[in-house]
Amino acid sequence: MNTKGIKIKNITKIFGKVVANKNVNFEVKPGEIHCLLGENGAGKSTLMSILSGVYTPDNGSIFVDGKRVNFNSPRDSIKHGIGMVYQHFKLVESMTALQNILLGNSKGIFSKTKEKEKEIRGIIDKYGFDVDLNKLVCNMSVGEKENLEILKVVYRGARVLVLDEPTAVFTPQETERLFSVMKKMKEDGCAIIFITHKLDEVMKVADRITILRKGETVATINKDKANPQILTELMVGRKVNLSINSVKSKLGKEILRVKNLKVKGSEGLEAVKGISFSIRAGEVLGVAGITGSGQKELCEAIAGIIPIEDGNIFFENKDITNIDSTKYFEEDIRLSYIPEDRLGMGLIGDMGITDNLLLKNYKKEKGVFLNRKSSYNEANYIIKEFEVKTPGIDYPIRYMSGGNIQKILLGRELNSNPKLIVMAYPVRGLDITTCYAIYDIIIREKQKGSAILFIGEDLDVLMAISDRIMVMYSGEVTGIIEAENTTRESIGLMMMGRKDIGEEYVNEVC
Amino acid sequence: MSMRFVKRGEICKKQQVITSIIAVVLSLAASSVFLLALKLNPIEVYGEMIRGALGNKISFRQTVIEAIPLAITGLGIAVAFKMNYSNIGGEGQIIMGAFGAALIALKLPNFSQPFMLLMMFFSGMLFAGIWAVIPGFLRIKWKVSEAITTLMMNYIALKFVAYLQYGPWRDKSALGFPKIANFGENALLPKLFNINIGWLIAIILSIMVYIFLNKSKKGFEILVIGKGENTAKYAGIKIKRTMLQTIIISGVICGIAGVIQAAGVSGTLSVEVSGGVGYTAIIIACLAKHNPYMIGLISFLFAALVQGGSYIQTVYSVPDSVAFIIQAMILFFVLGSEIFINYRVVIRNSYNNKQEKSLVEEVA
Repeated sequence: MNTKGIKIKNITKIFGKVVANKNVNFEVKPGEIHCLLGENGAGKSTLMSILSGVYTPDNGSIFVDGKRVNFNSPRDSIKHGIGMVYQHFKLVESMTALQNILLGNSKGIFSKTKEKEKEIRGIIDKYGFDVDLNKLVCNMSVGEKENLEILKVVYRGARVLVLDEPTAVFTPQETERLFSVMKKMKEDGCAIIFITHKLDEVMKVADRITILRKGETVATINKDKANPQILTELMVGRKVNLSINSVKSKLGKEILRVKNLKVKGSEGLEAVKGISFSIRAGEVLGVAGITGSGQKELCEAIAGIIPIEDGNIFFENKDITNIDSTKYFEEDIRLSYIPEDRLGMGLIGDMGITDNLLLKNYKKEKGVFLNRKSSYNEANYIIKEFEVKTPGIDYPIRYMSGGNIQKILLGRELNSNPKLIVMAYPVRGLDITTCYAIYDIIIREKQKGSAILFIGEDLDVLMAISDRIMVMYSGEVTGIIEAENTTRESIGLMMMGRKDIGEEYVNEVC
Repeated sequence: MSMRFVKRGEICKKQQVITSIIAVVLSLAASSVFLLALKLNPIEVYGEMIRGALGNKISFRQTVIEAIPLAITGLGIAVAFKMNYSNIGGEGQIIMGAFGAALIALKLPNFSQPFMLLMMFFSGMLFAGIWAVIPGFLRIKWKVSEAITTLMMNYIALKFVAYLQYGPWRDKSALGFPKIANFGENALLPKLFNINIGWLIAIILSIMVYIFLNKSKKGFEILVIGKGENTAKYAGIKIKRTMLQTIIISGVICGIAGVIQAAGVSGTLSVEVSGGVGYTAIIIACLAKHNPYMIGLISFLFAALVQGGSYIQTVYSVPDSVAFIIQAMILFFVLGSEIFINYRVVIRNSYNNKQEKSLVEEVA
């Protein structure tokens, strides 16, 4: 029997009442890319935290090369050659790549930097890492940082790599680059555990796939026996329709026009640098771009939450640039904003559904007192219409699942019959079924004749739902293109700043 | 073995009440050890404390009189805390309220009683409002931490009154004793059931604040701002204006307590007019979870504790620190029990891989 590699046997981990892992079995062999697949809350991160020594399991055991081990801290796990690359980078921003790698890693009095640098360069060449050792981390893209994190753990002797959703915010090109590094490492005999929920990536790189659902191992299958449909069913536990049936609807009059908009971000730097576009009734304008390219500021400026430095915003041909958002209701500017930060901005976690609806409704009533009655009725309607699961109408919403919270937010905003809907990452962190339910809602609203600004992450979804796609790169628009006539690759290039691809279109709109 | 705290999902009312009762019982048990060391019978001492606080009409009245400023100031502070604005300045706002009242009572002493009192309340509320608005403005305009500025304003108010008392307002007929002249008869609060009508004002204010916070639009806006300014911005609330209004309301309510203390209890202005009420009221408002009715109840219990404490001083001729220690003990346990209301303790043995046991779950 081949005992090389890592074997996890019957691991159980309980947090209070939540069973995060229940009798989970998992193994990874040298020279293998093993994908760990599962929805949010399926227990992937818990399992990896156990493997990296952050949590100790309540039950079960871990074997490294056939020997039983006990990890009491991350140090133990590193000693056994397990390298964890977290979703949130653990890098010092103000240091160079080289300094970050050597940090906390020097034995003896002299640092012998020259020798070590040579060694690191050897690793870079061997696997084809995309890292410039003298570049400051704060100047790096997400892809470069991911590369650096992997290089760091490999240099420290990791032979088993755990990559926790590395590609979530990557451009397609960065993803390709990472995959080629992973393949080279695999050929060299490293084992890689790759956590993701993007099925096409799984199909591309995995050798074997283990699926977790509600804390339990559902199955471990070979890639050649898998396809996206089977994997989804295993993940969700039942059949799911994975198609987005977007239809072209008749475009109406122009609802929103943004002209040369400039907005400052929270650090006082210009986050939106003079962009222009327009959306018509019945149209979805998708926005692609690496997170932090000015999408959030754009949305908040349109919603009137943050001030505008320069430029104009027109709503149904009316200049609303200088209208305070507190007056939107009085001025009949029917705009709904679904912010990215649901509980931090759109809703209040400590309040029940009724009071959260009141947040939008209370101004409609006359007088100085609140009227909870209509919001209470609306809450009941939303629970029914959007299939919100809650133990009670006044149950604090923070204890509900992300999907239910998002349904309340969507329900409230859509119930006010908006003419323009601004959505920032409406499916972030939600399970697959809810994602598709929300895509359906977006398409329904579009058919009803709303204009929709849709900030998205998943390029395939963005291309399926949108009529046009606007690509942002560091506060600028690198192009606006018809969703039908484009490819992931060209959007990816635009996300990294290429302007020539979508240029003609920009000129046409302005 | 390791012990850690796990946040509870939901908290039910019954559990809360039981936990608080257990806390009081435990605190009395702990105080007993201390009393036994002093060779006192704890059961007797506690009995005397209750008698001293509520035993007869006079002691009951005294307890109510003590409770009035605590309750009113607690209301004022709750309004601000609900907005997540830490008004530590109740003390200074009480003093300035009393100053405002004294200014009218001493400098314009010839009005008829109803008009006089009306003017005193108006003036007291005005000065307390100004005292609250200064740190409020600094916070809204430049994000200066109100926890520090409101506290500093307390000292300014206190030293200002001390200056008046020893300086320009010193009563020359008081035979060299440093005090400010007593108010005239027309500047004293009338009594109802032999207690100054402050108790009635406190009850009316409680109802008003309850309605304001729970039923009015402005109250809802205050709550939303308290939960997060981003959400408030999103909901289109005029944050700066609402904050300023709330801060003024908070200060004005604290000022009312000051007017009542000056015109209803001491009949003059002095450095002792606030006597730490502004700080105690913060504890009361927090214990009451900012619920106006609970603030009234807890103020009364707290006043009873203070009254009972000073009563045993005379009965057993023990130093006042004994009473303070019992008071502190009870507060310590009750405040400490909050952690068991919000969290439960999990004790586990990590080496034997045993299942987690939650021990305190049944108790708390």
